[in-house]
Amino acid sequence: MWLTPAEWQIVRFTLAVCALSTAIILPLGLAVAWPLARHRWPGKLLVETLVTLPLVLPPVATGLLLLKLFSRRGGLGQFLHEHLGMDVVFTWRAVVAAAAVMSFPLLVRSARVGFQSVNQRLEQIARTLGASNARVFFTITLPLAARGIIAGIVLAFARAVGEFGATIVVAGNIPGKTTTLSLEIFETVQLGHDASAYRLLIVSALIAFGAVWCSEVLMKRSALR
Amino acid sequence: MKLEIQQLTLHLKQFSLEVNADLHSPRTGIFGPSGAGKTSLLESIAGLRKPETAKISLDGCLYENSEQNYSLPVRLRKIGYVPQDDSLFPHLSVRRNLLYGTNSKSEHVTFSFDHVVDFLRITPLLDRDVRSLSRGENQRIVIARALLSAPRLLLLDEPLTALDLKLKNAILEQLRFLHNEFGIPMLYVTHDHAEAIEICEEVLMLESGKITARGRPIELLA
Repeated sequence: MWLTPAEWQIVRFTLAVCALSTAIILPLGLAVAWPLARHRWPGKLLVETLVTLPLVLPPVATGLLLLKLFSRRGGLGQFLHEHLGMDVVFTWRAVVAAAAVMSFPLLVRSARVGFQSVNQRLEQIARTLGASNARVFFTITLPLAARGIIAGIVLAFARAVGEFGATIVVAGNIPGKTTTLSLEIFETVQLGHDASAYRLLIVSALIAFGAVWCSEVLMKRSALR
Repeated sequence: MKLEIQQLTLHLKQFSLEVNADLHSPRTGIFGPSGAGKTSLLESIAGLRKPETAKISLDGCLYENSEQNYSLPVRLRKIGYVPQDDSLFPHLSVRRNLLYGTNSKSEHVTFSFDHVVDFLRITPLLDRDVRSLSRGENQRIVIARALLSAPRLLLLDEPLTALDLKLKNAILEQLRFLHNEFGIPMLYVTHDHAEAIEICEEVLMLESGKITARGRPIELLA
């Protein structure tokens, strides 16, 4: 194959951390999107603003916040180090954290639209048929919101693949340890290794194409069901 | 059947729905013009709307008591609700829609799947896509689904609206025999004289949220 072993490792690592970050934010994103879509509650505006913040903050600033939070002297970082012996900053975990935080708003926004699109009348009818709230959620709400949720997953994954600014601050660019596709493309361009940069560019484009293709297929299937 | 509705008040846009009624007839009609509060009344009984005040009970089972701030959850009311608008779950097949409310632990023979499906003549529809059903087919599936949940009371909210006359008469005939076949009392909302006379034993006239008359349909509406 035309990629070098080191480039293959970067591609595998990027796909793995992006898949992991998307999997981590999925339940959390749905748990945030649902009350945002359906209920009015005190503090809703604050949560909406906080959720959207990573979209509008400079990614480097988000990275700096994550660095403070996860460093050994930061609140969460200190807790993880002392109680679980786990370091986050400048490890693969930081790459996952940066990707998760940066892609979270896209997942929430799409899932929220998905939940809003569900006809609540159908949920009421399900309750008259004896369904509990949990059953209504899993058998009616979730399947009917699937298009929005799938779109959110794909957008979040694609955003994670393209993540650069926050990652470089909180995880650095350590070869074989935290280097992702975006970081490697930047690095190869800086060093004038154009051939490698273009190879990785093509891989990035293929991943993006594949993600959008999959989402279209899944959304068509969910629409046909 | 003994459906008791006491001091029900519900503020709507144009007026307040105010109902006091004890209903005993197994086939009772709520008759009135559009916007009279008929659907709101049914939704209050089903628990889909929260009235400001109300005490509602069915055969001794308390559904709502605003004085005690008590409201029985919708899923425990055992109400078969057939709304006016499309209510089949579009992502489920006809068969899975029908089975949604069935309780596998229940051994209620009266509401067996085959019995309900045969009675409403919907066997050929079982493997159809919900979105390919005509309006009449759709309503028969909704009625069957409500029956299969083994309800204590069937609430039918203008189920035959927008059906052609032939189809309407065919379903009316099935609805007329439905109580005899399954023994479920029904509350039938309509603004159509012929439907009320055909189906109901007793009719309550509802106008601007108030019951203005009550009696046999042939006497009130003919």
